[in-house]
Amino acid sequence: MVKKLFSRLYVGLIILFLYAPIAVLIVLSFNDSKSRVVWGGFTTRWYSEVFSNSTILSAFATTIALALLSALIASVIGTLAALGIDRMRRKQYQVVMFFTNIPLLNADIVTGIALMLWFVRFLPLGFTSLLLAHVTFNIPYVILCVLPKLRQMDVNLYEAARDLGANSRTAFFKITFPFILPGVLSGFFLAVTMSMDDFVITYFTKGAGVNTLSTMIYGEIRKGIKPEMYALSTILFLIILLLLILMNIVPRLKNREQTASAVRDF
Amino acid sequence: MKKWCYLAAAVCCAALTLSGCNNKEETESLTIFNYGEYMDPDVIDMFEEETGIEIKYEEATTPEEMYTKYSSGAISYDLLCTSDYMIQRLINEGEVQKVDFSSMQHTGNIGDKYWEFASVFDPDNEYALPYFWGTVGILYDTTKVDAPVDSWDVLFNGDYANNIIMPNSQRDAFMVALKYLGYSLNTSDEAQIREAQQLLLQQKPDVQSYLVDEARDEVVAGNAAMAVVYSGEAYLGHEYNNNLAYTIPKEGSNVWLDTWIVTKHCQNVDAAEKFLDFLCREDVAAMNFEYIYYSTPNEAVINSLDPELRNNESLVPADSATDNCEVCTQTDAAVTQLYSDLWKELKSE
Repeated sequence: MVKKLFSRLYVGLIILFLYAPIAVLIVLSFNDSKSRVVWGGFTTRWYSEVFSNSTILSAFATTIALALLSALIASVIGTLAALGIDRMRRKQYQVVMFFTNIPLLNADIVTGIALMLWFVRFLPLGFTSLLLAHVTFNIPYVILCVLPKLRQMDVNLYEAARDLGANSRTAFFKITFPFILPGVLSGFFLAVTMSMDDFVITYFTKGAGVNTLSTMIYGEIRKGIKPEMYALSTILFLIILLLLILMNIVPRLKNREQTASAVRDF
Repeated sequence: MKKWCYLAAAVCCAALTLSGCNNKEETESLTIFNYGEYMDPDVIDMFEEETGIEIKYEEATTPEEMYTKYSSGAISYDLLCTSDYMIQRLINEGEVQKVDFSSMQHTGNIGDKYWEFASVFDPDNEYALPYFWGTVGILYDTTKVDAPVDSWDVLFNGDYANNIIMPNSQRDAFMVALKYLGYSLNTSDEAQIREAQQLLLQQKPDVQSYLVDEARDEVVAGNAAMAVVYSGEAYLGHEYNNNLAYTIPKEGSNVWLDTWIVTKHCQNVDAAEKFLDFLCREDVAAMNFEYIYYSTPNEAVINSLDPELRNNESLVPADSATDNCEVCTQTDAAVTQLYSDLWKELKSE
């Protein structure tokens, strides 16, 4: 009994420490005062200001466009790379994987500065350089998500398709791709998250006048973060929360439906 | 083989579209580097509309960060606004172009006093255009402090033990002690600096904490009776809590001045000068003032202020209040090292 109580308390404390800061943020986003320590009454004006502030909106748009585009490009390149790597002999495989993992483990600041120095020689820093940088650090994540799926796949399936007259493209899209799709998708989402999360590499490779949310918030630190940012962060948090809930509920509903229809059929 | 051709063609197309994004038709443009939240965004829109010159606007948080980004050469900045000592460094390194301020239409709005401040690091006023300025002083809670504060003495006499917040930055903390002792804050005399450290060591038990950005909020929330803060912070503090007052101690203090310079990379000097002149125009300077609420050097703006704002010492300090104040200049390497060693000693005590 006591043991149970303690374990509950422990979990409770962990949840408290994880979520208390976010709770503070949400509370402050409704605070009708720009100060962190003064409660000026309840307001929703920061939320309306978020949507009328062109700087925030353009940074938000850049962040989303960058995340989706870079993840998409990285998914394509990463999947193709994984297909190739999967077919390599052991030695070659190890060498290539070694180089693939470097950007993953390398300190962001090193990657950021290196990319900046490299880009400066070829193109003016701007959205393009930012996109290339994000694609660069996203590719390894996709490869790492797709490779295990390929390893799990039975090569005979693909060969059977070829045997039955499918050309290599049809066989790929009918057999291989559907099989590795969950890996590609999780690679894609991981890449989106990584891209949205990144500050250091973005900071070094962005051009003047291009801002993502993270670099914009950083610029505001000097004079104190504005309450609009609390509102925006709250919205982002709620969107993620909603997505998580959906991802948990939908499969369960589907399952229930399937069982229900199975029972009916029976 | 055919596949490779397709691939190569695709790559070429991609490269072309990508590079196409960057070679837009040649509109005039300026790349500007400034502190975050340090210009009303509407000002930029207005400038673009009036002149047709496109602004690429970039922000940073600290002077050191600006210097690093600037000198990496990744982005070629035309105009840059930063703090006094960093401007001094840039001028000394030959990164700055001379500008003829007297030929501009609106630069007359900048008061003589501020050109004089700038002359500490730009002796002939040929490089740097004053933008905003302020002082360092004491922000205090009038309900917790009996006598009106007018001297650094309140921080050292022990009356407010454990109710004091000191700046958590070397130069600012030493400035307080040096000024209290009657020395220059730019002194390179080791004995004076060591004496200041002794004073700070004695004071340390009375200090509640050493803070920079959070100092203002602590006083607003009533957790401390007084804090050494920048005047801009003091104004914001007063907005939240009417019982707060700000004073520039009579022994003098630090005056800081942020200025604009044209970098040596700037090709379109005409456009850069247009922008600087634009910033000095009364309506534009007023917009920026109302966005930032730091002290403006623009006398046309000061003269048109409400009496209430005009009499606010954190925004418009009296000339007499800044008489003993000094602009902070860069120290040489030996003194910098001394400061840093003594500061570490103080903090680890």
